[in-house]
Amino acid sequence: MTYALTTEKIGKSYTIGHMRRKHTLNLREVLAKNARSLVQRLRHPLSSNRELFDIEEFWALRDINLKVTPGERVGLIGRNGAGKSTLLKILSRITEPTTGRARLYGRVSALLQVGTGFHPELTGRENIFLNGAVLGMGRREIQGKFDEIVAFSEVEQFLDTPVKRYSSGMYVRLAFAVAAHLDPEILLVDEVLAVGDIDFQKKCLGRMNTVADQGRTILFVSHNMAAISRLCNRVVLLDKGRIIQEGDPETIIQAYFAQGEQSSGLLVLKPENKPGAQIEEIGIANEDEQFSSSVKVHRDFFLHLRFRVHEKLDQARVAISVLTQDGTTVFVTMHTDENPGEKRELLPGDYRARVRVPAHFLNVGTYSLNVQIIGRRPGYGRVKLDHAQQALNFRVEQTGTISLEVNASRPGVVTPILSWSLEQ
Amino acid sequence: MQIAEITIEPRKQARHIWRELWLYRELLFFMAWRDLIVRYKQTVIGIAWSLLRPIITMVILTLVFGKLAKLPSGEVPYPLLVYAAMLPWQFFSNTFSVSANSLVSNSNMISKTYFPRIILPTTAMLTSLVDFLIAFSIYILMMFWYGVYPDWRIVVLPLLMILASLASLGAGFFVSALNVTYRDFRIVVPFIVQFGLYLSPVGFSSNVVPEKWRLLYSLNPMVGVIDGFRWALLGGEVKLYMPGFILSTCLSLLIFLLGIRFFYRSERTFADII
Repeated sequence: MTYALTTEKIGKSYTIGHMRRKHTLNLREVLAKNARSLVQRLRHPLSSNRELFDIEEFWALRDINLKVTPGERVGLIGRNGAGKSTLLKILSRITEPTTGRARLYGRVSALLQVGTGFHPELTGRENIFLNGAVLGMGRREIQGKFDEIVAFSEVEQFLDTPVKRYSSGMYVRLAFAVAAHLDPEILLVDEVLAVGDIDFQKKCLGRMNTVADQGRTILFVSHNMAAISRLCNRVVLLDKGRIIQEGDPETIIQAYFAQGEQSSGLLVLKPENKPGAQIEEIGIANEDEQFSSSVKVHRDFFLHLRFRVHEKLDQARVAISVLTQDGTTVFVTMHTDENPGEKRELLPGDYRARVRVPAHFLNVGTYSLNVQIIGRRPGYGRVKLDHAQQALNFRVEQTGTISLEVNASRPGVVTPILSWSLEQ
Repeated sequence: MQIAEITIEPRKQARHIWRELWLYRELLFFMAWRDLIVRYKQTVIGIAWSLLRPIITMVILTLVFGKLAKLPSGEVPYPLLVYAAMLPWQFFSNTFSVSANSLVSNSNMISKTYFPRIILPTTAMLTSLVDFLIAFSIYILMMFWYGVYPDWRIVVLPLLMILASLASLGAGFFVSALNVTYRDFRIVVPFIVQFGLYLSPVGFSSNVVPEKWRLLYSLNPMVGVIDGFRWALLGGEVKLYMPGFILSTCLSLLIFLLGIRFFYRSERTFADII
């Protein structure tokens, strides 16, 4: 049996605590620590100095065994922190595994972010060459595909404008266009379709399909289940760094959603010492204000949020988006919606938010929530302080007892009851 | 790239480094090209800065050491003595200080793509080489102005450039890798460069150093390179202090080899901690 890619017991551990401090670790601290550990070792020559360093091991990936045959399109799914991106980073050789071994047979390209290596001061034309080189294309190869890339990106007019003057849409289109014209035997893609408008997303997906049809091997990480099921012929479900299930897309995507349903409708997030503000809880509650991941279509329900603000924030905005299974945003609601003129300032402290979503609004189906907090921090400008993507899944369900008017089979994302005036 | 089979293991041996560097050579040139273009975007006089900087430094050093301190320069005009040393010194200091920050300032590339990381600090050498060539054109004009022409020794100049490259790359590899974990080096590097200008014989001839200290003085690898430059460019009168030159050369090689070794050892964790 020939394989395009195999992994044997791949594992990756991070030492947290240690890691988190490394960013601010300066030479003096290291010298001090080393001196302390030396003293410790002289005093107790036999004991290890682990506790001194406050090391906590965290396995982001554990025992990943994967075999992919040439031409297979494998989707990697799982909740945030399941280890999908870490696995791609190991396979693309950005970071080393702690244990295990992987083999890749063929030319590999990794696309973990669109526009890596783009320089804002350079023009679109210059960036195409630079980005191509970063992704592993030669100058000849880029020249040969230049016209195709430009046509795909739809930014012909602005080719000689520095990309810092591009709109974000144009920037992303150009960046993806370069990446889309890579010619690898194995392609590793991480969530890059989550950018751009719907039309462009469709175009990207179409391009990925073309690449797949040419018999390339693809490993694709996404939260977009529609894209996964359209593109992949095998799906691997990861949870807490381990493979928990793999098989055909239908079954595994179902299992992924079931994983979400088992949850209580309340997600408590790990405290991470984020600056400015931090999301602590995301939840869905039914009309009795009980947390539940399944609510009824003909009843009101609540979006629940707890977050902590560490320092005074100006121009703050707390936003919750509701998304359908294929990643389409149904609506975005913000805490400032009702009083747009207000000063929008949040003082330090704990906050709890409840948003009432009316009955007969979301149609029957599975949805997920995105949450983000934006605010102005002194010295940093207006920045995204914390966010959680597709953090919580919930189902809106048909009850069938009341309201015969609301038909279970009615299509549509929303199912509002509108008033008609019927005249003859 | 075209490596047919890739094995990923913890603590892999850096076996393919040279072949891989060759495969990625175009990226090296693209990065250098990028840095050169970007440097003078939105500046008014653009590339002229590459000419102005060495000239101004040369004028100041000539005034301070030649006119105020009245240090001897032998038969050679003082500006020429300074400028011949400025050429390798600026090449060294530019390479060293830019490469020291190269990993940190391209952290996004490191955490999102794979390529031989050593390309980043090496890029700095290429851009500094371009600056060197621009600055060298001024030297040619000065040469005609003062009527001091080099003899056959000028053929050694490329070798001296290689020596300067090895020393600056070696130091750059060391510090850029350290900088990933300890940002202290961001602050340390400008210091080293600033002091280095006065510790190296840039503003004066190394003949002013007492004979008994000459060998010790040559522990600074740039001493050998700078003396070599003057010897190669300034014609007959200048003598080369051989023991010191050999010592400097050996040290440059050592720094380079240790630098590479250190870089490849630290490389594994770059993406995790940058």
